[in-house]
Amino acid sequence: MHYQDFFFQAFIFLAAAVVTVPVIKKLGLGSVLGYLLAGIIIGPSVLGLVGYDADKVMHFAEFGVVLMLFVIGLELQPSLLWSMRRTIFGLGGLQVLFTTIVIAALALLFDFKINRAIAIGLILALSSTAIVLQTLTEKGMLQNPAGRSAFSVLLFQDIAVIPILAIIPVLAALNGSINLADSELNQLTPMGSLPGWMQLLVLVAVVSLIVFVGRFVARHLFRLVAETGMHEVFTAMALLLVIGIALAMSKIGLSPALGTFLAGVVLADNEYRHELETTINPFKGLLLGLFFISVGASINFMLLIEEPLIILGFLVLLIIVKFIILFILGRFFRLRKGYDFLFAFLLAQSSEFAFVLISFSEQNQLLDERTTGLLLLMVALSMAISPLLLIFNEKALSPILSRKQNKIEYDDMESSENPVIITGFGRFGLVIGRLLLANKYKVTIIDRNPANIEVLRRFGFKLFYGDVTRPEILEQAGIKNAKIVILSMAEYDEALKVADYIKKNHPQIKILARAKDIYHAFEFFKRNVQTVQQEVFDSAAELGQKALIHLGYSKYEAYRSIRTFKHHEKEVLHDLYELWKEDDKKFIQETRRFSEQLSEILQTEKDYFIHETDYAWNVNAVKDDNEKENELKNNRSKHK
Amino acid sequence: MKKVLVIFAHPAISKSRIHRRLINSVNNQHGITVNNLYENYPDFYIDIIKEQQLLIEHDIIVLQHPLYWYSSPAILKEWFDLVLQHGFAYGVKGKNLVGKQVISIISTGGDKEVYCKEGRNHFTINEFLVPFKQSVNLCGMDYLPPFVIYGSYSLNNTEIEQLNIKYKKLLFGLRDELWENNQLNSAQYFNDILD
Repeated sequence: MHYQDFFFQAFIFLAAAVVTVPVIKKLGLGSVLGYLLAGIIIGPSVLGLVGYDADKVMHFAEFGVVLMLFVIGLELQPSLLWSMRRTIFGLGGLQVLFTTIVIAALALLFDFKINRAIAIGLILALSSTAIVLQTLTEKGMLQNPAGRSAFSVLLFQDIAVIPILAIIPVLAALNGSINLADSELNQLTPMGSLPGWMQLLVLVAVVSLIVFVGRFVARHLFRLVAETGMHEVFTAMALLLVIGIALAMSKIGLSPALGTFLAGVVLADNEYRHELETTINPFKGLLLGLFFISVGASINFMLLIEEPLIILGFLVLLIIVKFIILFILGRFFRLRKGYDFLFAFLLAQSSEFAFVLISFSEQNQLLDERTTGLLLLMVALSMAISPLLLIFNEKALSPILSRKQNKIEYDDMESSENPVIITGFGRFGLVIGRLLLANKYKVTIIDRNPANIEVLRRFGFKLFYGDVTRPEILEQAGIKNAKIVILSMAEYDEALKVADYIKKNHPQIKILARAKDIYHAFEFFKRNVQTVQQEVFDSAAELGQKALIHLGYSKYEAYRSIRTFKHHEKEVLHDLYELWKEDDKKFIQETRRFSEQLSEILQTEKDYFIHETDYAWNVNAVKDDNEKENELKNNRSKHK
Repeated sequence: MKKVLVIFAHPAISKSRIHRRLINSVNNQHGITVNNLYENYPDFYIDIIKEQQLLIEHDIIVLQHPLYWYSSPAILKEWFDLVLQHGFAYGVKGKNLVGKQVISIISTGGDKEVYCKEGRNHFTINEFLVPFKQSVNLCGMDYLPPFVIYGSYSLNNTEIEQLNIKYKKLLFGLRDELWENNQLNSAQYFNDILD
């Protein structure tokens, strides 16, 4: 029976995720929102498939956060972490300090005693590592200034949880209701009974052990396990590592997330890094999903219905307070150009640690039951709202901001007269740029990423950086003087947008485009952009050519064979385009896209008559014919 | 009226003074098709089916190119190798080209005098063109006397203009069947017929 219960629960959680997340994704929203929504739906307030005991699941699923920090640690070189120390302690420290003070002051206004007010301030000052980092990773924003600052603050908050856990019993003692010596801190951290210096010593010892093992021992262990060729043992080993560290950290009273993060950083330059990452990732994803679902399920809507005004009022107040403090600090730490808004919106929610801290405070009789219920609800709601805030920032606020900034930024740049404009200067654009430069052409580059500007300028490129889909920057870059525009950017829709704009306003300019796949190519054909290159086709074909050589083809035969294939591909593309024009609905179902593309291509290929190009070089054909001729002659002579 | 196909091979047309002018003057003229090999097949990947179709559709095939090492630029050789397939152009079943006429239009750097037994090149143009002539004969076609543009480096603008008139007369004349077959076959070089 027990197992059945467990499987039923698992079934509900998984089904909710599988149904909701793809729908939300389809709508262009992040997966976090999908999981939260799934949780709300299966929670007691809507379907009631899981009860209020969802918080047990939540505690288990918090391990997902631990795994996430491990993976993030893996991607962070120690030197990079060191260079972030100013933001971690400066920005993070100030954020926790100011937010605590302001929220505590507000709590005082609402008649809370000072010790409770401080506890509430500390609890609500934290932001959600799980939500923010998941969002950042999903959107690839971990590397931008706002993402990095947010990450630093979260890292500091993870460190701050430990002293907060220590302070709460002290604050509770001020109530006079409970003796400090009996506080539950001792139960929480078994070391609590040791003297302070001993605690510190153990802490240092454990951390050094992690660093030592990670640096010198782990490599050999991984190699030994990897050599067995048993992938599941490697998986077991990776999980063992993370769980072991998490346990050790809890034993000495540090946050497990922090410990595994440290281990991740130590392993960041290990050669098994990618293997570890791909092994841990599915567990991380599932557990995090589970975590978000349980947050959604824990939202007590009954309480919300009973006191909607108070709760919503507090919620709005909380987010505004956090937002303002974050925004001001962000500006102070030189975040500009919309990154200040992004940073503040990212961290404006409350943290999953708050759930732990709130129930801990309740156990310590610091907070009464009503306050606890209200706080838990506010925390969960703030986390649920967080993705919506980011959508608001992305869709409504940042277009307005960037329009304003573009104006200021480009007005003082003189427009260019170069005959070639390349939009998007990543790996693809760079090759084209180099080729043109080698042939002594003057090239203007538009890119969103300002990196490498100085180097490129020195070599004679003219650079404009900004959003190429904005007409101003194209005009500013001198598009009216250009002969050709090369759309080499990786962004699918933006490239089409730019093509539309140029076709409409500068029809005389030739457009050359990089296509992500054949459908992208078709979209260009539809816009009458004929010179289109599928981005990986040629390099793949050329590697195929080398494969043929290794299989025994002579170099020239291999070359001819690839030539045939390439020309053939052009014809296939043309045929498929005709099909697509007739019936593009059939083609656009996103998920079926790739397999459909493949089957269409293979089908067309099968129906195609590949002409034996090099038939003339085939000696046998002539030989056979000569033999036939001779046979004919012989027969005739016989008849005579 | 006959249909004329000019198969043109010049790897650096932008540097050419003579051929570019000649080709441009007949391009898109009624009954004349220009097939610029280097332009159509920059990677030497010759579309054999298309080329064979073109041959079938035309009556007179002009092979126009500068003389490189006493022969044609490389792509025309590739064209011969691949397009004139056994079974299409020659062999028991290869009868598609029988009866068509072929003429070479050649430009040379050297003057007329160096292309003889006593001259620097020791052989005449017709001797150098023997492989072309025999290839054409093997396919059952007539090889007309070639038209040769001698001393191409030293031609001035007026001379090129006069040359262009002759060239047009040649192509349009062939198209419009201006000359009797025995008149064509009796000449050593087409230059003699036009002069």
